[in-house]
Amino acid sequence: MGKASRASFGMALAEFGTDPRVVILDADLSKSTKSADFGNKFPDRFFNVGITEAGMIGTAAGLALCGKIPFCCSFACFVTGRYDQIRVSVGYTNANVRIVGTHAGVAIGEDGYSQQGLEDIATVRSLPNMTILQPADHLETVAAVKYLIQEHQGPVYLRLTRQNLNEVHSEGYTFQFGQADRLQEGSDLTIIATGGVVGSALYAAKALAEKGVQADVLNIHTIRPIDRESIVESAARTGRVVTVEDHSIVGGLGSAVAEVLSEEQPTRLLRIGMTEYGESGSPEDLYQKFGLNGPGVLAKIESWLEA
Amino acid sequence: MSSGNQNASCCSCHPTPDIDQLKELCRLMRIDIIKMLHKAGSGHPGGSLSAVEMIVALYFHHLRHNPKEPLWQDRDRFVLSKGHAVPVQYAALARAGYFDPALLDTLRTLGSPLQGHPDRLRCPGIEASTGALGQGLSIAVGMAMAAKLDQRDYRVFCMLGDGESQEGQVWESALNAPTFKLNNLCAILDWNLGQLDGLVADIQPIEPVAEKWAAFNWHVVEIDGNDIEQCLAALQEADRTTDRPTMIISRTIKGKGVSFMENDIPAWHGVAPNKDQTEAALQELQG
Repeated sequence: MGKASRASFGMALAEFGTDPRVVILDADLSKSTKSADFGNKFPDRFFNVGITEAGMIGTAAGLALCGKIPFCCSFACFVTGRYDQIRVSVGYTNANVRIVGTHAGVAIGEDGYSQQGLEDIATVRSLPNMTILQPADHLETVAAVKYLIQEHQGPVYLRLTRQNLNEVHSEGYTFQFGQADRLQEGSDLTIIATGGVVGSALYAAKALAEKGVQADVLNIHTIRPIDRESIVESAARTGRVVTVEDHSIVGGLGSAVAEVLSEEQPTRLLRIGMTEYGESGSPEDLYQKFGLNGPGVLAKIESWLEA
Repeated sequence: MSSGNQNASCCSCHPTPDIDQLKELCRLMRIDIIKMLHKAGSGHPGGSLSAVEMIVALYFHHLRHNPKEPLWQDRDRFVLSKGHAVPVQYAALARAGYFDPALLDTLRTLGSPLQGHPDRLRCPGIEASTGALGQGLSIAVGMAMAAKLDQRDYRVFCMLGDGESQEGQVWESALNAPTFKLNNLCAILDWNLGQLDGLVADIQPIEPVAEKWAAFNWHVVEIDGNDIEQCLAALQEADRTTDRPTMIISRTIKGKGVSFMENDIPAWHGVAPNKDQTEAALQELQG
């Protein structure tokens, strides 16, 4: 098992944070978001604002308007819960802020629903200039953070996991902003996944392959702007599309793919993700219950294919 | 001193402001406000008129800024957190030379840089897009932190409303600024007693407000905010305060300068004057 993407994020910040424009804000969760890794190395550019998330987002906007590249970090649910601040101080202002939400999804486990980011993508996805990134493993996370420091201009929401992730990519991986990665080629079915459940999608794809169903597997790290071309191209070849995410199927990846398909390539679609509030339990038990582990995703796809 | 600074058109290096000239500017800007709001047919006269003296003190004496170079790196920043009062800022920006004063007639119309609430991407001289109350002081905190990080000596000013002070985010920033020793930050409370639905004291009182800010470790100055000399002195006191941020509690009269507005505070928060009311207001201001 590889690293949690929050851990990869902390490492990447400490590595690429040598850029003096980088400033990190955290709201009393730096040990959890791993922004503390940066704070230990660059204490002069690290500010723990305490539990003042709304103020933190506005402060990040002010820093950005004066030339800094601020990352403001908290749990996905808390940071995007300050939607009015994101909407006006960051989005409408077009401030060069990186909003970082860790502990995404029901996979955080025992802490229960109030700490689980399940609607965070949905809240920020409607803002016209908001970029949304969700990496699926260590290499992707490091590359995304490097990109956000060295290249990107404009507001960003970066969604990260608490749980450890299996490696999806191997050394030599190159991150291409806005482009889907094809992890497996197939022509019978398209599976589009993002973030921590890309591993579940790959499990299902391999199991389906053993039964003679060849899935085209796309990993979407850039949820907005989404790679319309790759989605349409794959859907046109396979005629069946499944999305997999640890987020509400309303407003997240599933919705984004549905929008693309219904406008450009109407295709049968199954959205796998959360459809209710979360709850406490071990991450394994929760993924079992909500059908987000490999066997769960496989079972949902198989019953849909049979229907 | 940077070359940019020498280009600054208005700055505190002028030791003795011409008070009579500033008072005349206040009168002219009140006329601008009434005219532009009447033309627009909507907007917020009360809280624009209350803030005139402080805005004049800032833009025409205290701020280091350059209307010909709005993004000059070392300029002082002013954030209007009570964004609905932006007509007073538009009047100041136009008269300072940021844009053609003829644009004041386009307030709130399609395609105008003069949006109903401040928009930094559309209008030169606007530092932050505000209007969702409670957010501006946080942005000002970030700007002041950036100045400290870059070891630059620009100052950051932020005007809040008293109704706005009911927003929880204001008090998050009230905590944050002293923690980060932002002595380059000066907030101004335009304490005009009114909010949309009525009097602040009747809806959700904020008093004792000076004590609140002092308790949050701000240096607090209390003034009559419709007295230009007191505004200037308070801003200088903020400059001299080196160990903490300053909050200027600026007691003002909502609708100041137009007697029928002064006499009915709740009525004139967010309603533009009609033709007759505009004529009466202009007659009073043009006296």
